[in-house]
Amino acid sequence: MNQFPPNSFRTGPDISGHFGAYGGRFVAETLMPLVLELERAYEAAKRDPSFHAELDGLLKHYVGRESPLYFAERLTEKLGGAKIYLKREDLNHTGAHKINNCLGQILLARRMGKTRIIAETGAGMHGVAAATVAARFGLPCVVYMGEVDTERQRPNVFRMRLLGAEVRTVTSGSRTLKDAMNEALRDWVANVHDTFYIIGSAAGPHPYPAMVRDFQTVIGSETRAQMLEREGRLPDLIAACVGGGSNAIGMFHPFLDDPEVEIHGVEAAGEGADTKHHAATLSKGTPGVLHGARSYLLQNRDGQIQEAHSISAGLDYPGVGPEHSWLKDQGRVTYFSVTDKDALDAFVALSKLEGIIPALESAHAVAHVMQVAPRMAKDKLIAICLSGRGDKDAMTVAAALGETT
Amino acid sequence: MSRIAQRFAELKAANRTAFMPFITAGDPNAETTCALLAKLPAAGADVIELGVPFSDPMADGPAIQASSLRALDAGMTLQKVLDVVRRFRKIDQTTPLVLMGYYNPIHAYGTARFAKDAAEAGVDGLITVDLPPEEDEVLRLPATAQGLDIVRLATPTTDDVRLEAVLDGAGGFLYYVSIAGITGTKSFAESDVRGAVARLKAASGLPCVVGFGMRTPEQAAGVAAFADGAVVGSAIVERMAAAGDKNERIRDALEFCASLAQSVHSARGVLE
Repeated sequence: MNQFPPNSFRTGPDISGHFGAYGGRFVAETLMPLVLELERAYEAAKRDPSFHAELDGLLKHYVGRESPLYFAERLTEKLGGAKIYLKREDLNHTGAHKINNCLGQILLARRMGKTRIIAETGAGMHGVAAATVAARFGLPCVVYMGEVDTERQRPNVFRMRLLGAEVRTVTSGSRTLKDAMNEALRDWVANVHDTFYIIGSAAGPHPYPAMVRDFQTVIGSETRAQMLEREGRLPDLIAACVGGGSNAIGMFHPFLDDPEVEIHGVEAAGEGADTKHHAATLSKGTPGVLHGARSYLLQNRDGQIQEAHSISAGLDYPGVGPEHSWLKDQGRVTYFSVTDKDALDAFVALSKLEGIIPALESAHAVAHVMQVAPRMAKDKLIAICLSGRGDKDAMTVAAALGETT
Repeated sequence: MSRIAQRFAELKAANRTAFMPFITAGDPNAETTCALLAKLPAAGADVIELGVPFSDPMADGPAIQASSLRALDAGMTLQKVLDVVRRFRKIDQTTPLVLMGYYNPIHAYGTARFAKDAAEAGVDGLITVDLPPEEDEVLRLPATAQGLDIVRLATPTTDDVRLEAVLDGAGGFLYYVSIAGITGTKSFAESDVRGAVARLKAASGLPCVVGFGMRTPEQAAGVAAFADGAVVGSAIVERMAAAGDKNERIRDALEFCASLAQSVHSARGVLE
């Protein structure tokens, strides 16, 4: 390499919260002073060593970090190509990467003197993580969840209630993650004085996309160090599933300025990216403004948001984080999509080959790697972010496979 | 002078407060909206707020959410909202009409083309709920070039520092959101609103109207005693949703608007 890249891919967002043409703060005026206050509080926390010390301590002793980077030997053998490693975020306390971000945000909420927590959830993993940290810090918590999702992720509804959270079922719109986020934003507007909104994805108004990313980059930073230790070099390919994109941006960000690392984001193609039933926002969408940020969206020609579809509740979202939108346009990350059927096959394959039941969300990333790994040489290295565990999906998968439960 | 400035000047001369009904365009269809708009000025509407339906109205309560979905189900689009305005302007050239909605439909339409088409259709101002001053230049510049007013919102969370940003570029009138909350859900303490309106009027020099959470003629009269305008939306939209057919819908809305207008117009002790 005798040519330097033109700039770094890791410096965004700019001072007004934009990643190129994406991001920003598109919220009602009632919320503007709050997001500005949040930005100031987060900037101060970032510079405060005691904030990081407390967060690091919790990540180690409460979450169980660092999470292993596991060599998936039988999956690698079966595919016959590149060596596949799994970043085991499924082994975190609460069973997914979501806890990394929730701990960061609740420490911030406490610094800001907020006394009530709200969150939106799709698959329920973020809801569970938010309910968990609220329990840990003794704050009341309300989680908004679409009616469709409370049905298909019933175990997580019970977990949240057990943790002391109130789960409010959202019956408006498509009754999924998008509508849960609308309801959470409405709650926030109505309870500005005491409420902290823990957004679970790298989406929403600035500073959320940057803040959530920062709290999740522990995934990529650990992966980078672990891979260097295990293999003496960086991976050739990293992959993660993308709904809103928090596990993906956390996995990707520490590698963005390593040009030798190819990066693949994997969206949900539902019944097929060329059908009307998918959630492949970056692959098939167009730029627009929703939930506080400009990003790629699934929308019709008149700017009305369309319903997404995925068997996985966590990917069933018609938007995506603004930084992913920018990375797509920059060409630094390539985005693919995987159908419900291929994700199900990967879900079963990983369970049977490795004894690891992945979340349906994470199974999309596994499915993509199952397609590309056989075409790569055996000395190539792949790291997949296994963002969560699949216990919550057992019923959905059983139904999809035609098994009775 | 713009229609909005003209109207508030007339009202000031008459020592009267503006009654400003909000209805959702296309709820439940464009025909009903056109028929209702035609009769609102005679029922006492001084300025009309026409809601542009959006699939994800984050700042709206259940009543206006439902009205937006009814309108979208009936095929309403931003293009068709402008058609409705054109039809209104054929019969009314003096009543100011402000479009209220969310940014994404305008973004999809194209901000420059939208500003031009909206001005040509006879729109006077734009309230774009999720486009705060920090982000609104992309619409504000083409809109003001076309003579459209960008109406800014102030809220109970707007402190003096924030108010400077809100007023920089504000046009037409200032819209005070009386509650920290979504439309049509909770009510305000009149004394709080009175203090806020006094502060906004002193700082801005623009007429200051109050909306969100006003449901009855009595509440409207209370606000009308000190504000320059009183906006009622959800309560009108709910009445229309409860009506049996198109004629009843229009009749109920007009009767309710007339009683609201009566209260607002007589609030400063000047009888019509």
